[in-house]
Amino acid sequence: MALDLENTDTAVILGQGNVALDVARILLRPASELAATDIADHALDALYKSSIRRVYLVGRRGPVQAACTTKELREILSVKNLNIHIKESDLLKSAADEEELKSSRIRRRVYELLSKAAASPHSYSISGQHELYFVFYRRPDRFLLSNDESKVGGISFEKTSLKEDVVSGKQYAAGTGQFEDLEAGLVLKSIGYKSVPVEGLPFDEQRGVVPNVKGRVLQSKADQVVLENGLYVVGWLKRGPTGIIATNLYCAEETVGSILEDLGKGALSPSMDPPKQGRDGLLQLLEDRGIKYVNFSGWEKIDLKEKTEGNLRNKPRAKLTDWDELLRVANG
Amino acid sequence: METDGGREVLSQSSQPTSFASSQQSVMAAYGRPVDWACDQIQWRWMEALLKRHCSALAGKEVNNEGSEHKEKITVTFVDKDGDENVIQVPIGMSMLEAAHENDIELEGACEGSLACSTCHVIVMDVDYYNKLEDPTDEENDMLDLAFGLTETSRLGCQVIAKPELDGLRLALPAATRNFAVDGYVPKPH
Repeated sequence: MALDLENTDTAVILGQGNVALDVARILLRPASELAATDIADHALDALYKSSIRRVYLVGRRGPVQAACTTKELREILSVKNLNIHIKESDLLKSAADEEELKSSRIRRRVYELLSKAAASPHSYSISGQHELYFVFYRRPDRFLLSNDESKVGGISFEKTSLKEDVVSGKQYAAGTGQFEDLEAGLVLKSIGYKSVPVEGLPFDEQRGVVPNVKGRVLQSKADQVVLENGLYVVGWLKRGPTGIIATNLYCAEETVGSILEDLGKGALSPSMDPPKQGRDGLLQLLEDRGIKYVNFSGWEKIDLKEKTEGNLRNKPRAKLTDWDELLRVANG
Repeated sequence: METDGGREVLSQSSQPTSFASSQQSVMAAYGRPVDWACDQIQWRWMEALLKRHCSALAGKEVNNEGSEHKEKITVTFVDKDGDENVIQVPIGMSMLEAAHENDIELEGACEGSLACSTCHVIVMDVDYYNKLEDPTDEENDMLDLAFGLTETSRLGCQVIAKPELDGLRLALPAATRNFAVDGYVPKPH
């Protein structure tokens, strides 16, 4: 992604989950520190030249509802030469907030970290310091144009207050009719993913998942459990865009467990008509459709090249970012 | 000064289980984990680092006794069905490593680098729990994500065998398969 980081000193990130924090951290960490990681060359170049000094992380609700987890929050709060700005008034808790905190250890510890950061004395703004603002209770309403009207110049936010949803009991952000503008030359959205449907595949539009029971695909999201025989789903398409790496580990185990169970019960009868061709059939299909693919040994070649290049430059790896080069190395 | 525990760790340098205890040592000494990059150059560097600083680690975790007979403690693992597995754990070894060496089903997805919570164990006796050193912020951050967290929960990779822990009983949580992120609410049981 070719980003222009040189035309502005302010970036706004919509969202306060771990990915939003990651983005903020990459923008605010000294580029020289990133040089020893496996960050791609063109990204590192852009970051060296970046003029971004101020980043806003904006959430629609309050600190109690912030979606990030402690490890990632701790990481960004400890970035060098970074001033953290959190309004003490945003930290005020309602009775409903206290209830939420009581039932979740993560929320409690995230809230504590944010409180501590808000209370820390602010150092004077020295040149070379970066600024990070946690902004709460703001819902983006519309973009504002830059002065020359050629790009984004900021966002107009509607202030929110929390209301309780009668059905779920959860607190949601309701608009208050009061607005506030924020100037920025770069706006990044980090409010989660939603899977898109594949033609012919049952899909729950609302949740953005393939309806399933333990990874076995259901014909529809209706109440009756009617399985699509022999079809399974795993990962975000199965559960929604949630969880950490290890969550996917167990999600995979569950789906594989279902497959093995069905195999054992003879529910996956091999004598289907026409008989399934397995891997050979897949490779033939790809060839027939003229689709370029990379197999595991191709990946190993890419992996080796990246690690070798990286080794020469004191990084864990130097990523290849050009499709043609990737394919050339994979097939070389 | 090289201790036997230190030498044992280094001679098993190619095996992931003892990397976890080396990880412990580096964590204790430097407060930062070493990325398991499976890179021989990095590994040799770490070996050299450990050799130089073994004396700093010896007091904490590693035994000074004779090369053949390491002092061991008795640890009991209790699984979700109540079945018990009694094992001997050498001083200085983490509970995660010990579980793996005895084929006890304790997942250690990040190989002891404090990047997951799959080795979550519950210390069954409060007295023993209190004998453990307080968890670091990093461990607490990972415990945040563990399912079925209790007042005496710890990460198995961070519980290191020492003489006072002889007789330790650890319960494997009923379901290590779920992680308490994204508003997940565990069903009451």
